[in-house]
Amino acid sequence: MSRPSSAPRSPFVVPAWIAAASLLGLVSALLGDGLFDAVSWLIFAGLVALAVRAWVKRTR
Amino acid sequence: MLFAVAIISGLVLYGPFMRKQPFGTLRTGRSRRLAWLDLHNVLGVVTLGWALVVGITGAINTVAKPLEQAWQGEQLGEFAARYAGQPRPTTLASLQAAVDTARAAEPGMRPAFVSFPGTGYSGDHHYGVFMQGNSALTERLYRPVLIDAQTGALTAQPQLPLYMSVLLLSQPLHFGDYGKLPLKVLWALLDLLTIGVLISGLYLWFKRGNTDARVSEIERAARTGVAE
Repeated sequence: MSRPSSAPRSPFVVPAWIAAASLLGLVSALLGDGLFDAVSWLIFAGLVALAVRAWVKRTR
Repeated sequence: MLFAVAIISGLVLYGPFMRKQPFGTLRTGRSRRLAWLDLHNVLGVVTLGWALVVGITGAINTVAKPLEQAWQGEQLGEFAARYAGQPRPTTLASLQAAVDTARAAEPGMRPAFVSFPGTGYSGDHHYGVFMQGNSALTERLYRPVLIDAQTGALTAQPQLPLYMSVLLLSQPLHFGDYGKLPLKVLWALLDLLTIGVLISGLYLWFKRGNTDARVSEIERAARTGVAE
């Protein structure tokens, strides 16, 4: 029997992943240029996109 | 530091309010306060890791001056003791020769700046040639090379103490002055989002009602995952 696709068991699962990704983004650009910078940009662009999506949903 | 404490307190409150809600839930069809609460939670969680690092590294940067003074006193005091009683040099060796000697001593690095004798960074008898690496990480971690200002001879290449390495690495993580222009732009956007968290938090504070209502709101949210 599969678990219904509802909210994660702990409300902290997604925040923990986001925090881990943020740390990766912060450190990545410190470690090198090129690909390392790109990883950092992608992660933070993703975070900003998440926030923008939330704002748009709220004002709809 | 208070900023970091505020973030952690927000994270503690996030649990009961979002326990039974999928991530990113925005309940816009009910009260305005609830919509602002959900927005506050989403923006806060999105900026959580970044803001926490910026806050903690900012706290570290506030003690930059005492740390630098401790480093100068600790390492330079050791060299100053060796030259105790000797007069300051009246004629200085070639600065270019000092830089060349430092380059030869640290072949994988390049000079970032040079401190002159008596300026506080290299004692009264030395040039301090501060070398930096070529990567984004190592260019922050200076390696001082002390050159006798009178003879031009290499005196020492002291290692940075751990607390100075922590301080120097905390600066880019606080100011965001790395990762080229795209990261700086994203940094500014995350700053704006953090201001959004602050404003929504202030709104929720001013619309908080009395203490009993707030306590029962948290209890109800913890029990049912619903807040009003």
